[in-house]
Amino acid sequence: MRRILLHHNYYKRYYGYTKKRYGDYIAAAYYILSQNGGVRFAGQEEWFRADRGGKFSWDFLKFKNIPLEAVDASETLMNYDGLDNLVPLKELKYLYMNHCPHIDDWCLSRLHVFQDSLVELSLAGCTQITERGLAALHHLRHLKHLDISHLDRVADKGLVCILLEEMLPHCEIIGMSTEDGLTSLTDESKLAKIRVQNVSDT
Amino acid sequence: MNFASVAVFRKIRPPDFGCMVRITACISPYNNFSRSISTSKLLCKQEDVFKDLEKEFVKFRQKVKDVLPGSNWTPFHVTPGLPPERADIVIVGGGVMGWSIAYWLKKKEMIRDAVRVVVVERDPSYSRASTVLSVGGIRQQFSMPENIQMSLFGCSFLRNINEHLGVVNEEPIDIQYNPCGYLFVANESGATILEENYRIQKEEGAKVVLLTPTKLKEKFPWVNTDGVALASYGLENEGWFDPWSLLNAFRRKALSMGVYQCFGEVTGFKYSTREMVTSDGEPVVFKRIHHVNVQMPDSKEYQPVECALVVNAAGAWSGKVAEMAGIGTGLPNSVDAVKLPVEPRKRFVYVFHSPDGPGLDCPLLIDYTGVYFRREGLAGNYIAGLSPTEEEEPSISNLEVDYNFFHEKIWPDLASRVPTFENLKVKSAWAGYYDYNTFDQNAIIGPHPLVNNMYFATGFSGHGLQHSPATGRAVAELILDTCFKTIDLSAFSFGRLCYGEKALERNIV
Repeated sequence: MRRILLHHNYYKRYYGYTKKRYGDYIAAAYYILSQNGGVRFAGQEEWFRADRGGKFSWDFLKFKNIPLEAVDASETLMNYDGLDNLVPLKELKYLYMNHCPHIDDWCLSRLHVFQDSLVELSLAGCTQITERGLAALHHLRHLKHLDISHLDRVADKGLVCILLEEMLPHCEIIGMSTEDGLTSLTDESKLAKIRVQNVSDT
Repeated sequence: MNFASVAVFRKIRPPDFGCMVRITACISPYNNFSRSISTSKLLCKQEDVFKDLEKEFVKFRQKVKDVLPGSNWTPFHVTPGLPPERADIVIVGGGVMGWSIAYWLKKKEMIRDAVRVVVVERDPSYSRASTVLSVGGIRQQFSMPENIQMSLFGCSFLRNINEHLGVVNEEPIDIQYNPCGYLFVANESGATILEENYRIQKEEGAKVVLLTPTKLKEKFPWVNTDGVALASYGLENEGWFDPWSLLNAFRRKALSMGVYQCFGEVTGFKYSTREMVTSDGEPVVFKRIHHVNVQMPDSKEYQPVECALVVNAAGAWSGKVAEMAGIGTGLPNSVDAVKLPVEPRKRFVYVFHSPDGPGLDCPLLIDYTGVYFRREGLAGNYIAGLSPTEEEEPSISNLEVDYNFFHEKIWPDLASRVPTFENLKVKSAWAGYYDYNTFDQNAIIGPHPLVNNMYFATGFSGHGLQHSPATGRAVAELILDTCFKTIDLSAFSFGRLCYGEKALERNIV
């Protein structure tokens, strides 16, 4: 873990130079590509990704002052310090962070910088996130899609889903339903128990 | 050891083989009629011996093991839980501050076991300790840069808590951090101070934003913005967490690094005095603490621990501990006469339920009247409190809760600020002590000018928990490096009490 963080810190220092020379967008794109993620610039259809060997083409350098619109950091080792590279992206609309093992509640509290632009956010399978971190997503006013499937550490999924729907009324929440945690009433034996209880109460 | 062999003869008694000899004498072939058929005492003894022989052998083996070196047995009775006779640093008080200092001392020592640290705590159940009764908030919205820096460090410490306080083969630490932010609401008269504080906070790197009443209403529709001129909202690194987990994490890590823990009460110090004269010709009494008397719980027995330094992290009772060292007793108008101005102040925290209250996005809202509340859990429960004025200070003799205080002082302001709280129901409440600094409600960190080997880390007046990692590091730096290396906390020195210079913190809750 320490080595991974040092690894990230090393990359952060290097990107200071990249930022000055090429700008924030290129620096962020370089960071994501070297973590084996994907980026897409505004107005473009194709995604820049690294291949299996970790190599990526340097064509993205052509888009020097074009904002980054979509970042796919799924299954990367991105953490709180790595988000430093993404924080300057003021026009980021789509952020996918599926199955990132180091994304936790503290990282979610940093996402408030995207409050004016973020439209889609995906946190599926990030095992360190709890319902407390999900409360920090209330800043994202324009969020339309939120994917929170397979979050194992979230307790009371049904209740959390209801509270999130109240918090973000215009957002579609995928991966958690309000029926999670409720027992089904179609089971005859359970219905019988409830009937007997009602009789004894009256 | 010679007396061990004496004890061997007294303690070890092999199973009673003597009776067997007697039995064989009885059953001799020449005594046909003297053999008794009924169950005589001797025959019973014989059966007993054979029945219990296994147990007797086990006892015998245990006694032999005790006598051999490597066992805990000594011929004299040693009271369990006594502190060591000699230590380098004795920390009075086992709350989050005391354990944080112990951890940082062990972390910063250059050689393993270079310093022997003993933490003395009076109450193993922590029933009256301020740490565990705290609401557990962490914020950067202070007016002093030092406080902001300490909170920022506290946040980065808590974020990487498993790196700092993780122990091999133990479960990872979860402090249950809620990143919901603090929202300070100010009226007309408080708006300028809020803006000034905001400027200082931005300079130090805190992520805070100012909200006008319209923006506030947009963000939090459940707030009633009547009377609100300005609000300041913390975006990152602000929220609340579980203080008990932090305390246990510090304690577990410090114990694993070799800190001695002792449950006992510090009842006095043995110090030597030296009459000296300052450069102005003023006579002062220079004291040096040599022993700390630690009394065992429920007993008159005490152990004088010989020590080099004493750290006063006793929280609400630091004033009493300082008096034991003779601080505050002296000729009036001299440095000797300056007492440690820390006293316990009781504060109530009420838990209530409101069905239509603010949802997941509810921050810790602090009104300009002083009333604060925050969400607790997911089921519509909230926690609220208020610091009473000087005249209304409740008695500190016990931790009983006064529910009238809530109904008279807190509920009206709560209901006017958040209209949905009009139909709330109080579920329960608790009370805890603030280690209140009556001089300027800010921390006192550093050595005493005359009792030079007593260091203070107290007087936080309600924001000690969030400053505990930074203070622990600062005191460890003072002790081991003799000066502050990371955050300069010389503004909190004891000297300011002598000169009468207040280091006022304007944002006290």
